[in-house]
Amino acid sequence: MNRQAYSGVPRWIYALAVLAALVVVLPLFAMVARVNWASFLPLVTSESALSALGLSLRTSVASTVLCIVLGVPLALVLARGRFPLQGLLRSLVLLPLVLPPVVGGIALLYTFGRQGLLGRTLEFLGLQIAFSTTAVVLAQTFVALPFLVVSLEGALRTGGERYEAVAATLGASPGRVFRRVTLPLVLPGLASGAVLSFARSLGEFGATLTFAGSLQGVTRTLPLEIYLQRETDPDAAVALSLVLVAVAVAVVALAYRRPSGGALQTSTQRTTTAAAPGGNVA
Amino acid sequence: MTFTFEAAVAERGFDVTLTVGPGETVAVMGPNGAGKSTLLSVIAGLLRPDSGRAELSGKALFDFSPGRSTWTPPHQRGTALLAQEPLLFPHLNALENVAFGPRSTGATMQQAKSEAARWLAEVEAQDLHERRPAELSGGQAQRVAVARALAADPALLLLDEPMAALDIHSAPLLRRLLKRVLTDRPAIIITHDVLDALMLADRVVILEKGRISEEGPTREVLERPRSKFAAGLAGLNLIPGNLTARGLETADGQTISGHVEDPSYAGGDLAAVAVFPPSAVSVFLDNAHGSPRNYFEVTITDLEPHGDLIRVRAGGLAADITPAASADLGLVPGLPVHFVVKAMAVAIYRA
Repeated sequence: MNRQAYSGVPRWIYALAVLAALVVVLPLFAMVARVNWASFLPLVTSESALSALGLSLRTSVASTVLCIVLGVPLALVLARGRFPLQGLLRSLVLLPLVLPPVVGGIALLYTFGRQGLLGRTLEFLGLQIAFSTTAVVLAQTFVALPFLVVSLEGALRTGGERYEAVAATLGASPGRVFRRVTLPLVLPGLASGAVLSFARSLGEFGATLTFAGSLQGVTRTLPLEIYLQRETDPDAAVALSLVLVAVAVAVVALAYRRPSGGALQTSTQRTTTAAAPGGNVA
Repeated sequence: MTFTFEAAVAERGFDVTLTVGPGETVAVMGPNGAGKSTLLSVIAGLLRPDSGRAELSGKALFDFSPGRSTWTPPHQRGTALLAQEPLLFPHLNALENVAFGPRSTGATMQQAKSEAARWLAEVEAQDLHERRPAELSGGQAQRVAVARALAADPALLLLDEPMAALDIHSAPLLRRLLKRVLTDRPAIIITHDVLDALMLADRVVILEKGRISEEGPTREVLERPRSKFAAGLAGLNLIPGNLTARGLETADGQTISGHVEDPSYAGGDLAAVAVFPPSAVSVFLDNAHGSPRNYFEVTITDLEPHGDLIRVRAGGLAADITPAASADLGLVPGLPVHFVVKAMAVAIYRA
């Protein structure tokens, strides 16, 4: 960037921007300041902490995979399909973004719980989902899916349709167009969507607690463990929070990494706009 | 190979019947919004018409005639599309882009790559194999796109203003290239440039408001235009009307005398046009009488440079006069003038 270039931003905007940054950074700083470094390592390597961290990572990976497997087709249908009530479907799918997670947990409970909509069918099949690790994954998928769908749909909308049409006239079947043109073009959008879904899964609390409970080693993920420790051992809660902050920082760094090669930068700049990580999530 | 096509798209007021013979290149010209791109989209299978049928080399592309509903998806049509922008796949290099078509239709990777290399050489891009589209200039990218379209071995090649996005230095090279590869290859090319029609096409079709207003061999259409649009392309003035014993009678009752090129005319109303070049038009400030002449009272809308001359546009007609004459007369837009044309310079023939 050229330092001399005129930016046209009024001075008072900078003051408010600094304030905004403080709103985010100050609490993090306060928390880090509160860390008891002497006992940090023992606290974060305790059996319950490691078990919670392991469970969090495993379930978040599982729900991210589920988000990709289910979210890619959904985003594609929303972006490319033309069918009645498409707008309504989009709004409904995005609902978990604005819904309090605890409400999502209750909804899941009345779907998959023993008394729920599918409960009897599942019980008949010998499956019990509520209050199991599967429930944790389901709860995380419920809240994280919109993140993947939104960023992928944005990427799909900003480019690709004309490339897909050209590919078809060159003789490529719809399946081949999807594999060789559509997916490669939206890969940056898919990657940032997946990272955001993973981050959202990792931080999931309300829906998990409501739908899956808090059973050590089975459903007690790291956020639940932190909440629990806060009552009895604030030092442990702060230490584990710092671990989550570290993971979150790593995830954000990964998602906002500048694309290195020129591979995905098109001459038309279409995919680069699509690649802006999570551009539409807010 | 023969291509027959008739289709209507009600929503866009599009209703066109067209054929392309073996090895023939047809230029489609017309004002913006006339339905040129709609035509290519329907042929390529990117847009479904409401009715009609099309057949390419004996295979039905679609058939929506009464009682039938046949639809061949785009990838089974053999109608490769080359657009204004190259639209090379940004994640593949030039060679992989060109190999995309052969790979899609079942060639092995090795076959596809050697085929791609052959076509890249054909478009003089043999040293660009490894380049990504972002590393190609506009002209290079469009040449690779031509190779990619040809490598798909289309039964009918569709070109949608392939030169429009190129700078003036790249366009002539691509035009020469297209002239070479389109010989003996059936193609439909949309263009705004009369030079493309002359150089590349055997036949020109003028599309206006979703319908064909005129078609014929390129030279014939340009020499004897029958539509306002074709006359504009050929740089001629055209006035439509009816043939009468004294000449051409326009809709507002004016009679234009000229050379009636239809000796068999025996009377009765017949749609015809009067055509004359801008160079045959003289401009006067007052009503100057003389030998058999046609007068038009018009108001100047525009003055623009035209080679060494000034083109005066007024009342839908054009006159070419010298800059000196224009200065003498003090011509400015909004000035009422008289356009005068000798009857000898006016050709009148059937529309």
